[in-house]
Amino acid sequence: MDKYILKIFRGTPGHQYFEEFELDVSAGDNVISALMQIRKNPINRKGERVEAIVWEDGCLEEVCGSCSMLINGRPRQACTALIENYLKKSNREITLAPFTKYPLVRDLMVDRSKMFENLKKAHAWIDTEGSREEGFGPLISPAKQEVMYRLATCMTCGCCVEACPQASNHSPFIGPAAISQARLFNAHPTGRTQQALRLRPLMGEGGISDCGNAQNCVEVCPKKIPLTDSIAAIGRDVTLQALRDLFDLPDRE
Amino acid sequence: MPSPNKEVIVVGGGLAGLAAAMRLAENGCYVKLVSLSPARRSHSVCAQGGINAALNVKGEDDSPYIHAFDTIKGGDFLADQPPVLEMCLAGPGIIKMMDRFGCPFNRTESGHLDVRRFGGTLYHRTVFCGASTGQQLLYTLDEQVRRLETKGKVVRYENHEFLRLIKDEDGCARGIVVCHFFNLKLEVIKGDAVVFATGGPGLLFGKSTNSTFCTGSANGRLYMQGMNYANGEFIQIHPTTIPGNDKCRLISESVRGEGGRVWVWGDSSKNIAFPNGEIRPCGHTGKPWYFLEEMYPGYGNLVGRDVGAREVLRVCELGLGVDGQMQVFLDVSHLSAEIHHKLESVLDIYAKFRGEDPRKVPMRIFPAVHYSMGGAWVDWPSSDDADRQKRFRQMTNIPGCFNCGESDYQYHGANRLGANSLLSCIFGGLTTGEEIPRYLAGLKESYTSCPSKVFEEAIQIEENFKETLFQREGKENVFKLHEELGEVMIKNVTVKRNNADLLATINEIKKLRERYQHISISDHNFFANRAFQFAHQFQAMLELALVIAKGALCRDESRGAHFKAEFPDRDDKNFLKTTIASYNEQEPQISYNPVDIRHLEPTHKRDYTVAKKMIPDIKNIPNNIKLPV
Repeated sequence: MDKYILKIFRGTPGHQYFEEFELDVSAGDNVISALMQIRKNPINRKGERVEAIVWEDGCLEEVCGSCSMLINGRPRQACTALIENYLKKSNREITLAPFTKYPLVRDLMVDRSKMFENLKKAHAWIDTEGSREEGFGPLISPAKQEVMYRLATCMTCGCCVEACPQASNHSPFIGPAAISQARLFNAHPTGRTQQALRLRPLMGEGGISDCGNAQNCVEVCPKKIPLTDSIAAIGRDVTLQALRDLFDLPDRE
Repeated sequence: MPSPNKEVIVVGGGLAGLAAAMRLAENGCYVKLVSLSPARRSHSVCAQGGINAALNVKGEDDSPYIHAFDTIKGGDFLADQPPVLEMCLAGPGIIKMMDRFGCPFNRTESGHLDVRRFGGTLYHRTVFCGASTGQQLLYTLDEQVRRLETKGKVVRYENHEFLRLIKDEDGCARGIVVCHFFNLKLEVIKGDAVVFATGGPGLLFGKSTNSTFCTGSANGRLYMQGMNYANGEFIQIHPTTIPGNDKCRLISESVRGEGGRVWVWGDSSKNIAFPNGEIRPCGHTGKPWYFLEEMYPGYGNLVGRDVGAREVLRVCELGLGVDGQMQVFLDVSHLSAEIHHKLESVLDIYAKFRGEDPRKVPMRIFPAVHYSMGGAWVDWPSSDDADRQKRFRQMTNIPGCFNCGESDYQYHGANRLGANSLLSCIFGGLTTGEEIPRYLAGLKESYTSCPSKVFEEAIQIEENFKETLFQREGKENVFKLHEELGEVMIKNVTVKRNNADLLATINEIKKLRERYQHISISDHNFFANRAFQFAHQFQAMLELALVIAKGALCRDESRGAHFKAEFPDRDDKNFLKTTIASYNEQEPQISYNPVDIRHLEPTHKRDYTVAKKMIPDIKNIPNNIKLPV
């Protein structure tokens, strides 16, 4: 039977190493189903019984954002990484590694909680008086809904941050995902009334000017979110907001 | 008297848990939100097609009463009717609330909400966001909860797993023991009420449409601590999924709602029994046979899910499956580019995993385990019941322990209609958030007055079990045992059941329970140890599997998702009742509660062969209903 090697960069902070596993090619397998196969009998290529591999997963349908990792060096969701698409006659090896721009927990798992903290900085919600108000929200044209829906499919998977040369484990850069969320909520008619709250935090350190325009984010986004458009749009709005603040003008409607 | 801060624990960060957390915070409670994964990754993201509410925006004279009728009928009259009625009445208010919160629902040209049709109804009442409605609703509530978090009303404990409920000397819930996944440290979280919104148990069946954390272990653990579990045997099989090696990926019912057709190549040399009993040929040889449309001309491809799943299986068992395999076509290739666009996210899933573009070639699909109608038994005093103010909706038989979302049993009876789950999650969560303040107000003392040994003993039990699990040194691998459990459950406890196989299944689960004593955890690391985590979950999963299998064994009839060829008819005389399982070390004890049918006589047979709109006669509607929205 056809075989291949999963080469996994695993371990705990400060103690990372490569470990190889040999598996049979099975039709329809993806990286997650391969990892599941290993844990039923975790024996490495040298024949040693080893600790089961740790990774994050969830929906396995590329909507939850859990299973982000580096596959052959590229950030993506592991559930949609079909094994057969990676194998060539000359190369029967697939390398898996954890993201590098978040604190490592263990093996392929990192702690991405700063992404959720950044949603607070970006004021990524609609301000309301709560769930007891009445009536529908504002009317929204289908064209606008289309744009908002695309932005709203961001699953905070972190691929954009991992690919960004400006982001690192220690950099304060808020990252493409959170900036795009600011655009989403500023686009909403109710959300727009609070746009200054989203734009001002993006003026200083870690904000919009930290973007180096490498455009890697939009390349790797699994949801094809136009992240560079978002960054450009928010960049303009931040400048306008800074001018308004400078001249003490009331916020534009 | 509750704690001065009115501290409430919510376990579960999906739609129901977030809805409960939001409403509790609005009601002045301090919420400790505990979840296994970050809330935004909860299984609610997987709901694709939409959320039902009788907004009547298409001039069809739809109403919440017709929605309630469809839901009660679709559930084959097993659902208690008062909660269903109030859920459907609240539907339009819930949609408006989510709309105000900025959920990006699809729009009509005039900018209003668009609706699509779903299974089990003749009305267009499903509001949607492309084909990832659950994801969008979940994000929207997560955002509102984050807003409340910045105001100091909610604190999140993500990556924490619930292990044990802490009960005081009177048996009231006062806290939980959790395990932090990153370092396996056990910790006590205290509060005066605990809400569980921990989702379904799809993983009991090995592969299902569920996310990998839907083990059912939270409910299983509560059940082992004395919480009653209701209607466990009612497990929905979704007719259209993509079978895979790791899971079965859902192809939303909205695909059929938007015009997708199910077919196989016809074979006039073979015959099949139609719903009316007639034996007819399986279409014409060499031509597509749209078997659901032929068998059920009234609803066509939009029959109830249980019916759809059984017909697909029946057709495949006759050897008519595509390429002789257990699969049928689901075809959208004839639909317009505009409709393809509306279904984009689901069609993309198919393309990504099968490498074929469903816009051009028909998809190959097969049924898979999808949803649990059963769950924690919870109370529901009706609005006009004399003891309404003495009882608490969504509360389990353990005082102070509430349950909502897919993990409760309450809203779907024997079969859930598509797009009703998102509604029941939000409604159940809001309702819980309304009931708890009244429960807290009635407490004589807060957890701060509980003797410390109540908490110490609970954490000690878990410390001991953790140590035991790490010390086991048998030959069994828990992931392998899980695979075996899944195989027997799929084979005997899904679409078609019979008593001999169910009995054998119960014995098989007991054997697995014995073998579970002889596992060893290959991993002795105390950081993010998934093997330990799953080994702990598996104990509760086995008990819940027994609940499902025994419930099915005891129910000698066919109703909704539960089908036994030996007893092909619904038997209202003997089985119009709710199954209640209570824990026993050997096997579950089964008893029954009457079903509350005060609004609608169970006279209507489900008949999807004719399309007849009717104004249902809903009786005894209380005049003091107070909806949470």
